[in-house]
Amino acid sequence: MSDSYEIVIGLEVHVQSRTKSKMFCSCDANYFNTPPNTHVCPVCFGLPGALPVPNKRAVELCIKTALALNCSINQETKFDRKNYFYPDLPKGFQISQYDQPIGYSGYTNIETKEGVKRIGVTRVHQEEDTGKSIHNNGETLLDFNKSGVPLIEIVSEPDFRSKEEVTAYCKRLRQIVRYLGVSNADMERGEMRFELNMSLRKKGDQELPKYKVEVKNIASISVLEKVIEHELKRQYEILENGQTPKQETRGLIDMTGETVSQRSKENEADYRYFPEPDIPLIKLSQEMIDEIKNTIPELPQEKKDRYIKEYGIEKDTAEAIINDVDTFLEFESITANVNSQLVSEVSKWFVGDYFSLVNSNKRSKEFKSEWLTELVDMVIQKKITRSNAKEILEESFDTGEYIGNIIKTKGLEMVSDTSVLETVVNRIFTSNLKAVEDARRNPNAAMFLVGQAMRELKGQADAQTVKNMIFDKLKQ
Amino acid sequence: MKRLYELTVKEALELLESKEITARELVQSCLDRIEEMEPTIHAFLLIIKEEALKAADQIDMKRTKGEPLGKLAGIPYSLKDVYSTKGYTTTAGSKMLEGYIAPYNATVVEKLAKEDAILIGKTNCDPFGFGSSTENSAYGVTRNPLDTDRVPGGSSGGSGAAVAYGGGLFSIGEDTGGSIRCPAAFCGIVGLKPTYGRVSRYGSIAYASSYDTVGPMTKDIYDNALILSVIAGKDTRDATTSAEKVKPYHQALDLSLKGRKVGVVKEYLGDGVDEEVKKAINQAIEVYKSLGCEIVEVSLPYTEYAIAAYYVIGISEASSNLARMDGIRFGHEANVDDWKDKIIKTRGEGFGPEEKRRVMVGTYALSTGYADKYYHKAQQVRAILKDDILKAFKKVDILLTPTMPVLPPKIGENTDDPLKMWLMDAFTVTINPVGVPALALPAGNTKDGLSVGMQLIGPHFKEDTLYNFAYLYEKSIKDTLN
Repeated sequence: MSDSYEIVIGLEVHVQSRTKSKMFCSCDANYFNTPPNTHVCPVCFGLPGALPVPNKRAVELCIKTALALNCSINQETKFDRKNYFYPDLPKGFQISQYDQPIGYSGYTNIETKEGVKRIGVTRVHQEEDTGKSIHNNGETLLDFNKSGVPLIEIVSEPDFRSKEEVTAYCKRLRQIVRYLGVSNADMERGEMRFELNMSLRKKGDQELPKYKVEVKNIASISVLEKVIEHELKRQYEILENGQTPKQETRGLIDMTGETVSQRSKENEADYRYFPEPDIPLIKLSQEMIDEIKNTIPELPQEKKDRYIKEYGIEKDTAEAIINDVDTFLEFESITANVNSQLVSEVSKWFVGDYFSLVNSNKRSKEFKSEWLTELVDMVIQKKITRSNAKEILEESFDTGEYIGNIIKTKGLEMVSDTSVLETVVNRIFTSNLKAVEDARRNPNAAMFLVGQAMRELKGQADAQTVKNMIFDKLKQ
Repeated sequence: MKRLYELTVKEALELLESKEITARELVQSCLDRIEEMEPTIHAFLLIIKEEALKAADQIDMKRTKGEPLGKLAGIPYSLKDVYSTKGYTTTAGSKMLEGYIAPYNATVVEKLAKEDAILIGKTNCDPFGFGSSTENSAYGVTRNPLDTDRVPGGSSGGSGAAVAYGGGLFSIGEDTGGSIRCPAAFCGIVGLKPTYGRVSRYGSIAYASSYDTVGPMTKDIYDNALILSVIAGKDTRDATTSAEKVKPYHQALDLSLKGRKVGVVKEYLGDGVDEEVKKAINQAIEVYKSLGCEIVEVSLPYTEYAIAAYYVIGISEASSNLARMDGIRFGHEANVDDWKDKIIKTRGEGFGPEEKRRVMVGTYALSTGYADKYYHKAQQVRAILKDDILKAFKKVDILLTPTMPVLPPKIGENTDDPLKMWLMDAFTVTINPVGVPALALPAGNTKDGLSVGMQLIGPHFKEDTLYNFAYLYEKSIKDTLN
């Protein structure tokens, strides 16, 4: 691909918020794997005469999300009707927000190889999900269990200039909503979905391109990446032919990222937005907003920065730990109340040996992850060797046996008593006179003596200490 | 002695409580009356006989045993066919909902059931409330019991006619731009359009959500106030209902009106108002003077624009409200295979001309490029109108206007001229965009035995004031009317 173009991308991300009941009725919002049309009522089934009543919890979660994305909050917010037709949209309109979204003018920072970049968040608003159409053998079946489930829409500015930035942003958003407890954002379950707005412009141009291509209903970050690659190629070729790509909405053909034209600008849907008359204006007090603000936990970027600054944890290690909530919670729980040197050392073990055990071995129910900290501490204290520690960890992880017991049973505790070490070293010197002579002339040959001593000690000693002792003795 | 179906709710409750009559006798009397009148009037789309009589028997039994009973125990009533009723059809007067049985009850139905009122039928109406004559109903026109050549008004025309002839002692109508008040005026009964948010709309099939109100249609003021006190109040299923306290509206009806101010709107007595209507209103003005009221002339200069604003917003909302009628989950379903064609045909067949007209014009008014010119402009007019009327209430306690500028038209007289029909609602449609309450009651009779309605308009949540003024008027003219 030529270097003369640059990508301009804006994203709309939908996140299903985790509430007990649906957005506008009291139906159970947990629709996953439920028999079709069992979580429905007159409201979410769109029966005549039914009225929507907004879910307070959902509005609070939307405010929380907006605040976490550094948005200003509209203290007077309202719902609007977005009118369009589709069989799985039971009312013939979706209740959304138009000109007074809950949050606006925010941003979030993302990190790529190029460094840290601020991505503008245009708006964060609350809406409801549609039902589900299941196309099967030329038939379409409708399931309204998902109809009315709360959705938060996060609209970004057209600030992305690469696929990597888009990926970093999507992952960051997923982390944030998970940290907030707003959503599980499980893409397999459709809890997080994407809409791409993409165009290309000549490098150096400051203005937005005259066209943009919209791709809706992208269900995962990996497909999103493929769509970007595909669109980049497609739009580039059109531009190279001296033409401008059509402003249109394109749809996914399958999961390969290839798209096909669905709607051009001329027959774009006219949503005929107007204020939802069934729901009065919502006034959000500063007090309420502040209260919600106070419930926002430390967010991923702050946490990462703190790990690096406070404990000296390596950047990549920190990134791996903060990646998801369960991971950092486990890490923080096993490193609570220990000194920063130990925290830093544990972090390496945690994302190294411990992660690979978690990924490949079966964890015994009895195994407690705080033993890792004890183990690492013993390594630092030179009570056990690093390589023994790995074996101990693995055995403990598999069997659930307490690490202390394994050390005792196997006699793996290091010899740190100097008089014992001196006795061993003296014995090595007397039984290897020739080698001692060599080593006095050539220090490289001393390593043979160290090896002999370590063998005698069955490796249960700090090699550095033994080496120092031998070198000191050679100088005598 | 009156026949039982001629009784007011108050009279019937007294006779039931003193056990002079039974609920079965009362219900049977109304059912007999319905059977007698329906071939001519056609007020009902559904008559509930067996279940009503069974309910009456249960109430009689409870009464005999001395068990506690609701405030309206044994009183037969009808519902405009826009209220969802579990187990009974709800058609909204449209073919689109032919045979539709809702799986739930509207809040107003639940509230009345809780007070042991007995539902005996569902009444005819213009489809989705679209009309002022009931002539748009997909199920045939209802005739005015006062003159069967004339319309009963609309859209709650079936309710108006039913109450007027004794097919139930009261009815619940629905008013979006006069749909309770117009038939009340034409049929010579009392109808209240309550303050928006006073009565829950849950389960009421929507016309224009920001205008729709649920109100009682009764034979007299006392009954109306009594029914409102039962159906009013906050509902967790309707976010637009108010927490404003529900008053015992029927208990403060005859407070003196001495020194109170009645505003007479000069624009509402001008050209185009029938002479007989003017005469009755002038007579009403005299009555209020004699009750010690001060008459103040008030100007509402924006009325001219109010009709246009009313219709633009009303049909915009209606176009969206009717979008759910797709034949997929309920209602009429065209017999076509392809799903897109099926939905198009479903609507083509299910909607009548008035529904199509309003959906199309409403869709247009909300469209990109036109919304600013129509929908948003109309909302600006609405704000001015609200200001206009609320300003008037700084000077007067209530406003007095004719309910309808004309006497009930002959059946078929206006059906070719939808615009004339729309303009007929000038005095009622101005009220709904503002949300204030308005009470329609008989002002007097014409020489031909038709009734002229007058409308009392009050500030938000001042239904008690309206009832007070109306009750004393009713009392003063009772003798002249009988």
